[in-house]
Amino acid sequence: MSISLQAIRKISEYEWEIPASHRSDMRVSVRLFASRKILEEALGDLSIEQAVNAATLPGWAGPVVVMPDMHQGYGFPIGGVAASLYPTGMISPGAIGYDINCGVRLLATSIQLEEAYPLIDRLAMELDQSCPSGVGTSGGFHLSDADLDLICRLGSRWALKKGMATEQDLQRTEDDGALEAADPATISSRARERGKTQLGTLGSGNHFLEVGVVEQVFDTAAAQAMGLWQGCLIVMIHCGSRGFGHQICTDYVQEFQGAVQRYGIHLPDRELVCAPLDSMEGKRYLGAMRSAANYAFCNRQILAHQVRSVFEHVYAGIGANYHVRQVYDVAHNIGKLETHWIEGRQVKVCVHRKGATRSFGPQHPSLPPEYRDFGQPVLVPGSMGTQSWVLAGTSRSMEVSYGSCAHGAGRVLSRSQAKRMIRGERLIKELESGGITIRAGSMAGLAEEAPQAYKDVDSVVESVVGADLAHKVARLRPVVVIKG
Amino acid sequence: MGYCEVPHTADLALSVWAKDIPGLFLEAVRGMAALMELKMEPGQYSTREFTLAAQDVESLLVAFLSEVLYWMETDQAGYLDIEIRMENLHLSACLVGNPIKEQSRQIKAVTFHNLAIQHTERGLETVIVFDV
Repeated sequence: MSISLQAIRKISEYEWEIPASHRSDMRVSVRLFASRKILEEALGDLSIEQAVNAATLPGWAGPVVVMPDMHQGYGFPIGGVAASLYPTGMISPGAIGYDINCGVRLLATSIQLEEAYPLIDRLAMELDQSCPSGVGTSGGFHLSDADLDLICRLGSRWALKKGMATEQDLQRTEDDGALEAADPATISSRARERGKTQLGTLGSGNHFLEVGVVEQVFDTAAAQAMGLWQGCLIVMIHCGSRGFGHQICTDYVQEFQGAVQRYGIHLPDRELVCAPLDSMEGKRYLGAMRSAANYAFCNRQILAHQVRSVFEHVYAGIGANYHVRQVYDVAHNIGKLETHWIEGRQVKVCVHRKGATRSFGPQHPSLPPEYRDFGQPVLVPGSMGTQSWVLAGTSRSMEVSYGSCAHGAGRVLSRSQAKRMIRGERLIKELESGGITIRAGSMAGLAEEAPQAYKDVDSVVESVVGADLAHKVARLRPVVVIKG
Repeated sequence: MGYCEVPHTADLALSVWAKDIPGLFLEAVRGMAALMELKMEPGQYSTREFTLAAQDVESLLVAFLSEVLYWMETDQAGYLDIEIRMENLHLSACLVGNPIKEQSRQIKAVTFHNLAIQHTERGLETVIVFDV
């Protein structure tokens, strides 16, 4: 059944609600954060219907929340957030996604763009060589079972032990780069084999490594705390847990098909399969999902280490400060146990974020001390060749969106539509005429990720800032884009 | 028997039809390979055999495609020459394929999203959504 704008109640300019009474099988309402224009456009695909389907799962602690970068996924919409009561609520692998802990890491430098520019092509080439990207790519690691187990448990701390991270990197990573209670014993041998060779790689699709410049600062104090200086280079890394996470999600979505029958759960879509958090199936998936999340934190940490080596190789010895500092690392496909105020009381919940970024507000104890006055850095990459944003979480996001915010621009065109409309070679020329160097493994893949295939990221940011889920810190402009 | 891509905003969706279940499964593999934009090269072929069982035919289709996808990635072989034997909800398959020369797209997973095999005037038909 399709949804019309008339079925959606306006709460404010950037906040809307589909009441639980909209459909007889809904157990909670759906809360949407978007401008009217974005909302009307979203009615053109199944994203809002998927959010309504998600609202039928048992055990949610409050509304299903949808961000303005929403788009149609499979089962749960991309841009969706929901919190299940712990321990009796549900955990749903499909509401987290196949690329477990896909996320974004932002690194900052003190190198002015003018200073860096004469060597920018060399920088692009060396980053492309050092950060493997593309379909099914393997990296330089061939992990033993023992090392894979350690990565599952330690996440980024494994890289620290190997000299590929600093303590500050870990402090400036969500959950210090490791979720507790990961259980490698719950991972299939097939997932293990896929994980052994893909550490330190970007992958393909919408994953990327981007060198950019801080174009404009909106909150000087917060930007200074984060080490973001106008005109200086930054690096953004977008990737996840690679085939390791894909296999874990595949395994558990199949296993949970039987679990929903055993627990008598009726769903409108089989991709929404779930199991109680305190069930044997739920505990096993949590242990496996956390292992993949920690693998992804470690993956981005190793890529950051490779970026540092390249910056040193290219810029050391010419008078530039080649040091690369971590700003923050956020997950946007993840399930985590958190405590939130819901209907006036503190409740322990499992927050499912699928295409949504954590955005904890000021003074949250999990933030590094230097960020507590400003809120958690929220990284919102734009589409390829367009601006990206650094925001900071607010107190209101803690009240209305389980401390969550948007994660990107959000697609509007299918991949086939994009390829029909845009030629990869022409896109490269257009981007290069705008001062952006592109290194891509596939012209077809490049066309699929063209800016025209995505919403305007500024309109997404306008919605989350308008809804007070985050505030602006800085806007970034790309200079080099590396894609698989 | 046939397949065609259908629009999907973020991922890839494939409509598949055939006269019977084994035919539907084989068309689904061909369609999946087309979405991956696989190009094979002549050379030493690889083979794989496996058996699967599932609680219903849709689950068997997801398990089968996931299995083929896994072996394609692991062996870097385009397994398009496939023999299937099915009895109730048990399947055995023999895959033969040439080395993959080029692949433009990665499929991360085969999903259950709105998956239902239905009888239509074309025989059996379904739409499969792939995560990319």
